[in-house]
Amino acid sequence: MCLAIPAKVKSIDGVDAEVEVGGVRRKASIMLTPEARVGDYVLLHTGYAINVIDEEEAQETLKIFQEIAEAEDRDSPN
Amino acid sequence: MKFINEYRDAELGKKLIARIQQRSTKPARLMEFCGGHTVSIAKHGIRQLLPPTITMLSGPGCPVCVTASADLDKAIALAKLPGVIITTFGDMIKVPASRSSLQQVKAEGGDVRIVYSTLDALKIAQGNPSKSVIFIGVGFETTAPTVAASVLQAAQQAIDNYYVLSLHKLCPPVVKALLDSGEVKLDGIVCPGHVSAIIGSHPYEFIPRDYGIACVISGFEPLDILQCVDMLVDQIESGQPKVEIAYRRGVKPEGNKIALELMYKVFEVCDGNWRGIGVVPGSGLRLRKGYQRYDAERNFEIRAGEPVEPKGCICGDVLRAVKMPLDCKLFRKVCNPEHPVGPCMVSSEGSCAAYYQYGEGYGR
Repeated sequence: MCLAIPAKVKSIDGVDAEVEVGGVRRKASIMLTPEARVGDYVLLHTGYAINVIDEEEAQETLKIFQEIAEAEDRDSPN
Repeated sequence: MKFINEYRDAELGKKLIARIQQRSTKPARLMEFCGGHTVSIAKHGIRQLLPPTITMLSGPGCPVCVTASADLDKAIALAKLPGVIITTFGDMIKVPASRSSLQQVKAEGGDVRIVYSTLDALKIAQGNPSKSVIFIGVGFETTAPTVAASVLQAAQQAIDNYYVLSLHKLCPPVVKALLDSGEVKLDGIVCPGHVSAIIGSHPYEFIPRDYGIACVISGFEPLDILQCVDMLVDQIESGQPKVEIAYRRGVKPEGNKIALELMYKVFEVCDGNWRGIGVVPGSGLRLRKGYQRYDAERNFEIRAGEPVEPKGCICGDVLRAVKMPLDCKLFRKVCNPEHPVGPCMVSSEGSCAAYYQYGEGYGR
């Protein structure tokens, strides 16, 4: 029930939006995220965007994973 | 798919696991509160990858599972009324209530329709002006704002035949109730990801402050969960519990203020009835007086009868992490996805369904 998936905003008309998930387009409401813009990724839950995904933070998180991986490689060469 | 695949990288996963294994020295009993986390942990076999210092327990974060029989009986009573169309999320339809299920009412001729969204329920209401369309509102703070939005849309578009049966619940109060019960000793909590996208991180601050328990808000992909466990281990090893956000791409500390505003515009806090736990004060949501014309409870006569719990079912104990699915005598033999006895098996996010599907703990 907490399931929300990343979806790309393709078009906006007032509070109605069209989003794309895995190549499939569907209608969504941005009543809860009026700040969403075309090109943003949102978290889609039961037809509503509940948050705009912070792409910078997403990259930061991946960077952290990379740093952890490199640290592990350094500390355990086997 | 973007924002998903990158967080499933197996090589990075191995490194995170190695790091956790090195750094975890103290016993760490961690509860994943959210059903979505339960499923992800089971699906990716995360329990088995963690060191023996870490115990993962599943909490009551599955809104379908914690819907009390008495409440589901109300939905069923409504479904039997003439001129009513019930709209519901798919998970609720098979949950056994005291004497029936929504699926059974449908089989007996009731108009019960599965919808993906309240937007679909509104369309059904517009398309059937002579019927009363009742949406069964189940879900935590992730979902309640979307239902609130639907009530506001109904008001805006003068959709007079749309109603909500609010069975919505709030997470932080039930975490407090669980901790106060003293039944389960915890060192850390994997905090829900999408509930937190709405409520932010501040509502959890009482947990480290008053109970000394570590809190990290987690995403749902395997790397997200491993990162969360790593951060929890860090807090536990250093003896410095706090609230942290691992799921930073999805959760801001202040949450989604607009969603919260809409939610509290339409709903107000009331007591919540949690299956297996009982009444938890201040843990439910009901429609405010100003929106009572959309409240199914106030507009229909609901004769639900006395609630009855299925014999032998220990879903309540499983939801409170006092027992595991494997402790249940009915698990697999009598209760399985084809013939579920209790909600933990029916719901796609239920602990028992996850254990059944992914074979967790078999042979242990």
